[in-house]
Amino acid sequence: MVIYSVYIVSKSGGLIFNYDHNIPKIETEKTYSFPLEHKLVYQNKQVVVAFGQRNGVNVGHLLLAVNGFPVNGRTIEEDKNPRDVFEVLENPENYPINLKFGRSKMSTNEKIFLASMFYPLFAIASQLSPQPRTSGIQILEADTFHLHCFQTLTGVKFMLIVEPSQTGADLLLHRIYELYADYALKNPFYSLEMPIRCDLFESNLQNLLDQSEKAGISSV
Amino acid sequence: MSRQGARLDAKRVNSELFTLTYGTLVAQLLKDYENVDEVNKQLERMGYNIGIRLIEDYLARTGSGRCYDFKDTAEKIQAGFRIFLGVSPQITNWGAGGDEFSLVFESNPLTEFVELPDHCLNLKYCNILAGVLRGACEMVQMEVTSWFVQDQLKGDNVTELRVKFIKRLEDAIPAGED
Repeated sequence: MVIYSVYIVSKSGGLIFNYDHNIPKIETEKTYSFPLEHKLVYQNKQVVVAFGQRNGVNVGHLLLAVNGFPVNGRTIEEDKNPRDVFEVLENPENYPINLKFGRSKMSTNEKIFLASMFYPLFAIASQLSPQPRTSGIQILEADTFHLHCFQTLTGVKFMLIVEPSQTGADLLLHRIYELYADYALKNPFYSLEMPIRCDLFESNLQNLLDQSEKAGISSV
Repeated sequence: MSRQGARLDAKRVNSELFTLTYGTLVAQLLKDYENVDEVNKQLERMGYNIGIRLIEDYLARTGSGRCYDFKDTAEKIQAGFRIFLGVSPQITNWGAGGDEFSLVFESNPLTEFVELPDHCLNLKYCNILAGVLRGACEMVQMEVTSWFVQDQLKGDNVTELRVKFIKRLEDAIPAGED
């Protein structure tokens, strides 16, 4: 029973709420000697493992820190002199060196971008259908997660990203809809279509997800 | 549904509190605007803003689907009055085209304890309801208009709210719903 995250997309396609519930944190830290056993490349302003998947460091993981100093872009944020990651790693004198790798986290901007990408996909799905009057995407399956989408009659989309074995997501989505109707919309300071920043909504949602993870969705 | 039962009842409030709060609102508006027509307009506008939010609560609670006929709509509106105001208006006087009907209230929780003074005979005291209906229907892509044809406050036996379907808002229908 794992619920990864919840997204709410407004009628016009903008991300108005997102909540990461239970994203496992994957970080590995190890001291390396020269030469480095992972091939690193610089892409999208991040230093990424391109090849050489071993010891828990997978292709696609980011270099997060060098000797405990965080990596920002391709520079190591040391107190005195910020240095370039690749220059440091290519110099044998700097070894042994302690590197921390981890999975990339999505930034808010990326989430907004992805949410607005889902919107046309949903619309395309409803048009591709051989039958008239079809809903858009309701479940999107991948090997590591399932995305459940519930669109209300007013056009708001609620999305739940869960473990593939999770059942009862429909019910849970409906309960989230009820929370939205109660805590977001009845808040007089919340205006429609705008991002939801309501603590009551968030804490109630958190309770709901915790409960359904512990005791099963049918109990909520 | 699971929520009906104890949890829903906990949120019930005494209708008198609601009646009096609404009364205060109307009285305040009359004071602020000093013009009955303007008050009618404001009430409708407030109702509209309530309606566009309330519809989500209605849909979340009832889990009802989209209406493809105005008769469905009428029944759902009736159910809405039951949920939110605890009254069951009668659905009568269908227009020949099936696009117009009346909701007849024997009693109306908004107007309990209320008498209209002489200078506001034009006041549509419950005009907020017309706004709520318009807002709520608009969110489910239906344009409706409604008005009072009989009002207990004006000496009629019953309160009658006429509801008319104008058009479906085809452009606004979300993908996957049309």
